[in-house]
Amino acid sequence: MSGITVYKDKCIGCSLCVKACPFEAITVVDKKAVIDLDKCTLCSSCVEACRKTNAIEIIRETTRTPDIEKYKGVWVFVEQKKGVVQPVAFELLGKARELADKLGVGVAAVLLGHGVKDKAQELIQRGADTVYVTDDPKLEHFLDEPYARILANLIRKHRPEILLSPATSIGRSVVSRVAVQLRVGLTADCTALDVNLEERFLLQTRPAFGGNIMATILSRHHRPQLATVRHKVMKELAPDISRKGHIESLAFDRSFFTSRTKVLEVVDAVTATVNITEANVIVSGGRAMAGAANFKMLEDLAGVLNGAVGASRAAIDEGWMPYAHQVGQTGKTVCPKVYIACGISGQIQHLVGMQSSDIIIAINRDPSAPIFSVANYGIVGDIFEVVPLLTKKFKQVV
Amino acid sequence: MNVIVCIKQVPDTTEVRIDPVTKNLVREGVKSIINPFDAYAIEEGVRLKEKFGGKVTAITMGPPQAEGVLREAISLGCDDAILVSDRAFAGSDTLATGYTLSKAIAKIKDYDVIICGKQAIDGDTAQVGPGIAAMLDIPQITYVRKISDVKDGEITAERSTEEGYEVVQTKLPCLITVVKEINTPRLPSLKGKMKAKSAVIQAWKAVDIEAEADRIGLKGSPTEVWKIFTPPARAQGMILQGEAQGSVDQLVDSLKGLLY
Amino acid sequence: MIDYLLTEEQQMIRDLARQITDEKIRPVAAEHDKSEKFPWEIMKVMAQSDLFGVYIEQKYGGLGGGVFELCLATEEFSKGCAGIAICYSASALGAYPIILFGTEEQKQKYLPAIAKGEKLAAFGLTEPAAGSDASALQTTAVKQGDHYVLNGVKHFITNGGDAEIYTIIAMTDKTKGPRGASLFVVEKGTPGFSFGKKEDKLGIRASSTRELIFDNCKVPKENLLGKEGMGFIAAMKTFDMSRPGIGAQAVGIAQGALDEAVKYSKQRKQFDKSISTFQGIQWMLADMATEVEASRALVYASAREVDAGKKHVGVHSAMAKLFASDIAMKVTTDAVQIFGGYGYMKEYPVEKFMRDAKITQIYEGTNQIQRNIIGLGLIKESAR
Repeated sequence: MSGITVYKDKCIGCSLCVKACPFEAITVVDKKAVIDLDKCTLCSSCVEACRKTNAIEIIRETTRTPDIEKYKGVWVFVEQKKGVVQPVAFELLGKARELADKLGVGVAAVLLGHGVKDKAQELIQRGADTVYVTDDPKLEHFLDEPYARILANLIRKHRPEILLSPATSIGRSVVSRVAVQLRVGLTADCTALDVNLEERFLLQTRPAFGGNIMATILSRHHRPQLATVRHKVMKELAPDISRKGHIESLAFDRSFFTSRTKVLEVVDAVTATVNITEANVIVSGGRAMAGAANFKMLEDLAGVLNGAVGASRAAIDEGWMPYAHQVGQTGKTVCPKVYIACGISGQIQHLVGMQSSDIIIAINRDPSAPIFSVANYGIVGDIFEVVPLLTKKFKQVV
Repeated sequence: MNVIVCIKQVPDTTEVRIDPVTKNLVREGVKSIINPFDAYAIEEGVRLKEKFGGKVTAITMGPPQAEGVLREAISLGCDDAILVSDRAFAGSDTLATGYTLSKAIAKIKDYDVIICGKQAIDGDTAQVGPGIAAMLDIPQITYVRKISDVKDGEITAERSTEEGYEVVQTKLPCLITVVKEINTPRLPSLKGKMKAKSAVIQAWKAVDIEAEADRIGLKGSPTEVWKIFTPPARAQGMILQGEAQGSVDQLVDSLKGLLY
Repeated sequence: MIDYLLTEEQQMIRDLARQITDEKIRPVAAEHDKSEKFPWEIMKVMAQSDLFGVYIEQKYGGLGGGVFELCLATEEFSKGCAGIAICYSASALGAYPIILFGTEEQKQKYLPAIAKGEKLAAFGLTEPAAGSDASALQTTAVKQGDHYVLNGVKHFITNGGDAEIYTIIAMTDKTKGPRGASLFVVEKGTPGFSFGKKEDKLGIRASSTRELIFDNCKVPKENLLGKEGMGFIAAMKTFDMSRPGIGAQAVGIAQGALDEAVKYSKQRKQFDKSISTFQGIQWMLADMATEVEASRALVYASAREVDAGKKHVGVHSAMAKLFASDIAMKVTTDAVQIFGGYGYMKEYPVEKFMRDAKITQIYEGTNQIQRNIIGLGLIKESAR
């Protein structure tokens, strides 16, 4: 029977579980934990808290994919825009190759679009053994319905055990629909992936609660295991022109391409210096910037480092920068190689959006600003003095 | 125009802390709030109603205390509220949640647009909205930053992308997920608050929405949390104080090999 | 704060006004103080939240509360910015004559828009030569057929130029002195009605204060409120109602400054200690807190008395206005003192509280006039 059980013989009444429960569902009665099932959501926080004593267990009885052992291979859903394969696809292929080698299976890439056929070879050079290509004018723009329909159809036919997709606006939208059509599990925004070789399940690790904790998610009994993966986390393989692979062009019945949605216009309002999700270096400004005009100073620094300009919510709300630049909980989550925070105090809402950056540099007048607690390097000083000096110095060395 | 807004009660993650000793999440005393992205969904729903007439129904799946966010939704202009709550839903992942909400929405029947926030701040998956659309077999527009037009059974909206936005048109009924840029949510009104206080919140259980037993709760959830751990703490950084030029020189030297 | 046993509805008003203050007013207070820009965006938020109607009857689209409810909202707003708060409460001052003396038609015509916050109201009594001495009014209203013709100038009128609906006192019969004054509703846009310069003020700079100029301004005779000759009494009755509101504004200003002072005293370190650990500071804070609470109690009691429909509320409402405004001046000055040199700088919020507090001792009857009212009331009562 599915559900949660407290083993009274093991429970020592320490009430760690009481503290851990976000729903106030647990009380300790006569030195034993008692769970109110009306309040419990089976979130497993208490099971975690009780790891040492192991007195709480959640028993899950779940459906399973029939012929689960017949699912073989690691797939990547390739994101392309205007016929250009996006860098994240190569990162995913690199990871897929690693996982597939461990499992002793092949890597396949699924490339959907228009005028993309000639891109298949590069996917092989980047780690794919097979590329399934559907090149059709109807697929010129990303559309949820035909993309999901074709992807689900290919999966049903070829039965991969794993499908990786970028955790981008396209990837998250389409794979969520695929998961429902196949009735399988999907884990969002993974930052680490590994496989368990005995049971062949994918260990999907992702940040939760705004990056305060990490959770490793499994889908033991369902195939394929679907995961969307954060951009700029996985390592791509250098292209190997000697790699051989198989390209399979697939035609589908016209009914596969129908869509109730149509794209009327694509507007690339965001220039390279603004696309903070792609940038390797981000220079961000906060409330201490004190005005829109002062962001010129950050653009100068970003210019020298070939980076983009970001901003905290405070600066966005003041109207100093457009929303596309916002880093943080209600903005974008970024993980550049270098993040330079200028006059940002480091509210938790901001930190959750940038704390997985490789190197964080903070410049702030207040030495006790929380931003310094996540910074690899910090300068205590006035941004209006430090930033121009920094720009000048980098100009000399870069 | 009838709108359904899907909302979620979440812990205010900005108040969640890690216990330095047990390394567990300390959620004691953390208040529950409407998922911030859902506040934009409510506002957009109310604006559609103000423009085109009809009504806005707020719906949430959660424990009984999630009723609080539904009352808040009414104070912000929603007309009706439905709490989908049952022990049998406990342990639902995004697939089971999407299924459960889609069954409840199917029971409401009469709707033109379903609006969700782009994601919830506790899970950050962004999967439930598209999941509901797929279950109901209706089209979706995700990451909407502006609704440009609604007419002749079609909606035109701007969908945010990493590079900018796309102008997208689809047929009603449809589901959209919204980003912060779409509006500035209003504060509640006094009349709304009074209405919220006395409003009758409908409560639906698994049998009311005719949910299949093996598609809800733990049983209907393919994914499970295997391990939770705290991310490794960042090492104490090098903090430079004193004269600015000196600090700048030292910093730039330290970054050699990394940036140049 | 003492528990004043608010009803659930009153708590909602206070909580909502507090939320607006925290989220919308406080972040822009300094900017409006500097730019003197009229806070239309905040007025819109207050309107959308139904707060302009708290004191207006339900049949005119209000919430059916009274002066007390108005005070609760005004106090909260004043904690964030007294200038923005007065834009709100001055609309009530303009509306009171209509509530008190308007006919059913007049109420139906004007109150719903005021209750919804679609239109702001303003009250026009003061003239260049008639401040405390209201009997020296120069503005005239001469009846000609089915309308009155107004001539003259009002000045220092809060919401002047930004309000749509004005209640104006003018002399219909100069020979009768105060008994020759009458009250009119004049709408913005009426030919012959224009506005003079906007005043550059010490405090409450978010609010607008302008001259109203009447140059052969024809007002339909239906716009007379009450009867001819009732204007002066009507003005006094209006002030009896509105004085607790000024008291509430003063309480809000004082509380806002006190809150800042407490917060700062814990942060500020001198001699290696928070200055809040010094008894000298604690005693100052203790006096400030006690005085603010006493003001609040007096303001609330007087507002509740007005709402209960008691007669002769003038003395008590004068006491509330007098005491609360004097305390606001004292408490804000002390708050600046606790901040020390920082308190004198515009980078910190307390000097604004001090500048804003001053007007509460002056407008809607100077505190000297309040003392006259109280003194005269005492003498009258002993003669009864």
